[in-house]
Amino acid sequence: MLVVDQLPKTELQEIPFKTKIPRIGVFICHCGINIAGVVDVEKVASEFAKIPGVVHSIDYKYMCSNPGQELITTTIKEKKLNGVIVAACSPRMHETTFRNAALKAGLNPYRVEIANIREQCSWVHQNEKEKATEKAIQIIYSILEKVREDQTLEASHSDVEKKALVIGAGIAGIQAALDIAQAGYPVILVEKESCIGGHMTKLAETFPTLDCAACILTPRTVEVSQTPKIKLYTYSEIEEISGLVGDFRVKIRRKARSVIEERCTGCGICQEKCPKKNIPSEHEEGMGTRKAIYISFPQAVPNIPVIDRESCIFYKTGKCKVCQKFCEPEAIDFEQQDEIIEEKVGAIVVATGFKQLGKDLYGEYGYGKYKDVINSIQFERLQSASGPTLGEIRRPSDGKIPKIVVFIQCVGSRDRSKGIPYCSSICCMYTAKHSMLYKHKVHDGQAYVFYIDVRAAGKGYEEFWARAVEEEGAIYLRGRVSRLFEKDGKIVVRGSDTLSGTQIEIEADMVVLASAICAHPSAIELAKKLRIPYDQYGFFTEAHPKLRPVETTTMGLFLAGACQAPKDIPTTVAQASAAASKVLGLLSQEKLSHDPITAVIDDEICSGCGLCVEACFYGAREIDGIKQISTVKEVLCEGCGACTVACPNGATQLKNFTKEQILSMVDVML
Amino acid sequence: MKWLIDSDTSKLEFVREVEEESGIKIFACYQCSKCSAGCPIAFEMDYLPNQIIRMAQLGMKERVLASRTIWLCAGCETCTTRCPREVDLAAVMDALRIIALREKVKPSERDVQLFNKIFLSTVRKYGRVFEGEMIGRFNISSGHLFKDIFKAPKLLKRGRLKIFPALTDVKKMKDIFKGTEDI
Ligand SMILES: Cc1cc2nc3c(=O)[nH]c(=O)nc-3n(C[C@H](O)[C@H](O)[C@H](O)COP(=O)(O)OP(=O)(O)OC[C@H]3O[C@@H](n4cnc5c(N)ncnc54)[C@H](O)[C@@H]3O)c2cc1C
Ligand code: SF4
Ligand code: SF4
Ligand code: SF4
Ligand code: SF4
Repeated sequence: MLVVDQLPKTELQEIPFKTKIPRIGVFICHCGINIAGVVDVEKVASEFAKIPGVVHSIDYKYMCSNPGQELITTTIKEKKLNGVIVAACSPRMHETTFRNAALKAGLNPYRVEIANIREQCSWVHQNEKEKATEKAIQIIYSILEKVREDQTLEASHSDVEKKALVIGAGIAGIQAALDIAQAGYPVILVEKESCIGGHMTKLAETFPTLDCAACILTPRTVEVSQTPKIKLYTYSEIEEISGLVGDFRVKIRRKARSVIEERCTGCGICQEKCPKKNIPSEHEEGMGTRKAIYISFPQAVPNIPVIDRESCIFYKTGKCKVCQKFCEPEAIDFEQQDEIIEEKVGAIVVATGFKQLGKDLYGEYGYGKYKDVINSIQFERLQSASGPTLGEIRRPSDGKIPKIVVFIQCVGSRDRSKGIPYCSSICCMYTAKHSMLYKHKVHDGQAYVFYIDVRAAGKGYEEFWARAVEEEGAIYLRGRVSRLFEKDGKIVVRGSDTLSGTQIEIEADMVVLASAICAHPSAIELAKKLRIPYDQYGFFTEAHPKLRPVETTTMGLFLAGACQAPKDIPTTVAQASAAASKVLGLLSQEKLSHDPITAVIDDEICSGCGLCVEACFYGAREIDGIKQISTVKEVLCEGCGACTVACPNGATQLKNFTKEQILSMVDVML
Repeated sequence: MKWLIDSDTSKLEFVREVEEESGIKIFACYQCSKCSAGCPIAFEMDYLPNQIIRMAQLGMKERVLASRTIWLCAGCETCTTRCPREVDLAAVMDALRIIALREKVKPSERDVQLFNKIFLSTVRKYGRVFEGEMIGRFNISSGHLFKDIFKAPKLLKRGRLKIFPALTDVKKMKDIFKGTEDI
């Protein structure tokens, strides 16, 4: 575990236990009436006063209060204590508090132990006061066994490479990179596609304020390109990651884009002249076309084309090179190879975003079969002034303006039978937005929305939705759609409305599916490279859902944006800034200190069986190639103890939780 | 039940008509059903008050106008008072009755309409309601000859039912009637 300066350094008092008689102090907390109301604290204190080796035993109203801590500090000094037991609440609450108090008196903090007589005693035995008192005494006896054998430990330290890596340059990655760079640290930003911005580059206007996505995104993407502290690698992917917090070694594969970035001026003559046309454009979600050499969209950052080698005539037939002929700065390089770049960084932010559900799961909705059934991101492109219809709402089949548009929510999401039981969390809001924007453009059109619930939990969201209904006249029908079929140039939508108890059939001109937000297809492979956990759907898992929402269980790796769970832009940006601040907290450390309670290996006993390697989730165990015995990477070890249980030889022990200590603790309990 | 939405029904003419007649935004209703929860007549209704609004939202004109609910609504305004979206449902019910009469929809609750008619005609005649005549005419016209007959002595004794009409300013009342009919 990382303890970023939790415990300030002072001179440590060196009184090894084995050579001198133990001088232990026992401090029993009343916790108001929480403990004292049940446990006879005075009796407990007098019990321990009699024990040899315990030189001080006292009860006090609130040990965690300032005078309480002061009591511990002065007693350590006066009575020359070399071990302390605080019988109080759970160590999760105040272990650090009391260890700090000991440190102030010059006692090694790892010789302070907590006996939990609140959660594990007084709270659960409120009606059995006598028995509770007996149990409290037993708990303290057992902790006494541990303290007697506790060793003086010291945190270890390692260096920090003051540079960060951000993987994925959607709005999450961009925000995190800018925040870190603005604080003065260099950032390496790696993006898989040929330009940055992620999904936001495809959006037209954004809920809940309806500001245009490009207007708020473009300043950010431009800022990235103009921030010297950010080194941007587009059309690049992570090849390999090794090392650990403060010292990650990264290999980045810069895929060959057939264009020399440093030379290209972004004039675009190549894509203008390229004879290979009509390739479905990824940026337009297949509703527009591009050439074989292309810049995704006019405001792309970087404004540098890429040759799609699959479609390019030259790569197929060996002839063409039209682009090269016209390219004045001679930026086209047909021989360009993938390049591997090595970087060293101290912290990593993962921000690889999401992908929408494709056409596989919902055959009954005919997506991919009927031209006028599109998904929501395609509808964004229809709305966009720079989209394939220049912002006019025209249906794909015949370019007519649709007068009845049906929006279907929860397509895939919240459908256990399709393996996506979760809520995609953003579609309710963007569908309200779509129905609104549609009405703005097609005044005599009517929008219908099939929904199960409207989830509008953000700030201003409920009001936004109400506006779609009351002012923009979208009609919401409560129920799932059963199926769609084509009839006389219309898409017939068969659904129902539970509110009126009616089966509904709509003869629609166009249907828009709010398809589920799924993990990025590359997510699991990346997670394995990074050694971060992910859930069964491929979303990366945070260290704690409430208290550590941007950290992973691997030190130095943080999460931002929709790669962790579906989320909207405000939440994505908030999380990205939170991840950046975690990174800054890490990079601003001179040294990283690591909790000394780690596994240790007894070389003499270890048989090199490797069971501990399998048991360790954190990758802290390794078999030494030469000695053929197990080793512990202390900085990675979280002190969980899994390996000590796995080890059949007792070769692996956890510091201050040795087998002897635990057994003698159990002995006195029995 | 099945409902087809096509280029005709999607025009929402009926909602517009109800909105115009009542002055109430029908789409403000988000179907929480609090109106129905409090409605004292709900037990007798064929559609709950919120369902009437819902059907209006979807343009189910025939179903709404033929419902018993719009005639059973007592206009007590419990719904109106409690609606979180400020939908004056009682006013909507009024509007629906007016539309139903205008469109000559065969009333599902004949007695209610009959009662309303006789009530108003006694008011027009005497300037205020005359219970004696009203009950007599209603019982005869509706065919429930002896309805509530045993309550009469008690009401007479308490002065709640009069043998002779108490005339008030008949002329003023006539003017009011004329005024509203002109609107
Ligand atoms: C139809 C639709 C409409 C929406 N409308 C709104 C709205 O109006 N308001 C709102 O607040 N939100 C809206 N959203 C949500 C918004 O799109 C997301 O909140 C936002 O895009 C999340 O940003 P992100 O950076 O986490 O992910 P993304 O935008 O997905 O960006 C991730 C980036 O990482 C890159 N990447 C992926 N894998 C790798 C890898 N292995 N290596 C390197 N790079 C990688 C991707 O290429 C991409 O550039 C909408 C979403 C959809 C689908
Ligand atoms: S070589 Fe020809 S087909 Fe290929 S990108 Fe250049 S112009 Fe287009
Ligand atoms: S956000 Fe709304 S539409 Fe999307 S899955 Fe959740 S409930 Fe369904
Ligand atoms: S399994 Fe062992 S080496 Fe790995 S983190 Fe836990 S205690 Fe440390
Ligand atoms: S209380 Fe108001 S909002 Fe709720 S169902 Fe009734 S009319 Fe609609």
